[in-house]
Amino acid sequence: MKKLQSRHALAIRCFHWINFAVLAVMIWSGLLIYWANDVYRIGIGRFTLFKFFPESFYSTFNIGFRLAEGMSWHFTFMWLFAINGFLYISYTIFSRDWRYGGIQQFAYLTIIFMGAGSLLTGLAVYKPTQLAWLTSLLGGYQFARFEHFWLTVGYALFFCVHIVQVTRAGWNNFRSMITGYELVEVEKPSGD
Amino acid sequence: MTDEKAMRIRSRRSFLKAGVAALGGVGSFHWLRTRRHDDGVPWPLRRVLETNEQLAREYFSASHLAPTFPESMVSPPRENGGEGLSRDFDIRSWTLKVVSSVHSRRLELTLDDIKRLPRVEMVTELHCIEGWSQVVHWTGARLSNLVAEAGSDARYVGMETPDGGYYVGLDIASAVHPQTLLCYEMNGRELTPEHGAPLRLATPVKYGIKNIKRIGTVHFTNTRPPDFWAERGHDWYAGL
Repeated sequence: MKKLQSRHALAIRCFHWINFAVLAVMIWSGLLIYWANDVYRIGIGRFTLFKFFPESFYSTFNIGFRLAEGMSWHFTFMWLFAINGFLYISYTIFSRDWRYGGIQQFAYLTIIFMGAGSLLTGLAVYKPTQLAWLTSLLGGYQFARFEHFWLTVGYALFFCVHIVQVTRAGWNNFRSMITGYELVEVEKPSGD
Repeated sequence: MTDEKAMRIRSRRSFLKAGVAALGGVGSFHWLRTRRHDDGVPWPLRRVLETNEQLAREYFSASHLAPTFPESMVSPPRENGGEGLSRDFDIRSWTLKVVSSVHSRRLELTLDDIKRLPRVEMVTELHCIEGWSQVVHWTGARLSNLVAEAGSDARYVGMETPDGGYYVGLDIASAVHPQTLLCYEMNGRELTPEHGAPLRLATPVKYGIKNIKRIGTVHFTNTRPPDFWAERGHDWYAGL
């Protein structure tokens, strides 16, 4: 017999999906900015395994020559990312919505620290003179930019793992992030 | 009613609401993108940039200094951006014209006049809006000297190349910041034409786009001066 059970509060579902959309805009506008100085790669010495990003990537997603546009979106949506992220984390702590165990909890804690890291490295790159102490603390302007970039690569990897996990967990689990409820198997009452 | 049936009803309602919310999100994005452009940016984004500017100006302080670096970190400066540096320029007949529309005052200064002002040297990082940066050794006179001379009470400073091809606007707080220099030497050498000889602006409180080369006119004013890159979609303030 299956029983209806509440899983995610409405607030959590809203924060989760708003975060998804806002982060998508942040990554897109971040790419428009990154294009103007696309210096990162995976490689050693002269050997480059992968360049961020190949020309084909830029042309496919129409990334090039849009620096000013990218900055205006990035510095608008940064507010939504920060506010929504703050509410998301605060609510999670206050409602003690920590029913996950072990590795999953570790993964979610990691992503929270990554979010905070993106805000701090972003601020360090945004105001390296007014917030010179922060920029210095994070290893200087170019290193803060480097960290800001790799944190974003981290989100992309997290997203892939997350999709695999959600797929493996199945429809009932995914549905709970929309409806707030899931169906759980319970034993039939005895003597039935 | 079984719980399975209750779930089906809940699902139908929730997915419908989620669909409407998703459409709302996509619709908002589309709405933002298609607003009338204000200097190259949809106007709602321009308003947010202006709000960010207000906040940054509240926090700005002349005592917030850009970090300085050891001479060993200095590298040969990259040449970037030639707007306003037309070929038909005679450096020998150059003078700096200083105008104030607040006091209707006028000055004309030679390079020697500027070199007679207290000489300031600093090794700071130049941040290009494109994302690269370089440590440069700058030598020059504080722009605040000129503000004291001709621009007191003005809220803004506009600067323009002699041919008018490039122009920037600065808020007065940034202009009087102790690290904002009228610069005549880079890395211990006279400025080259590509770097804005005979006189350029050097300030770590702004992106490189505001560090105008080959200054022809300095204009103190109470209205926001036009800015070459702000007219092309960038933030007018461009403060660091």
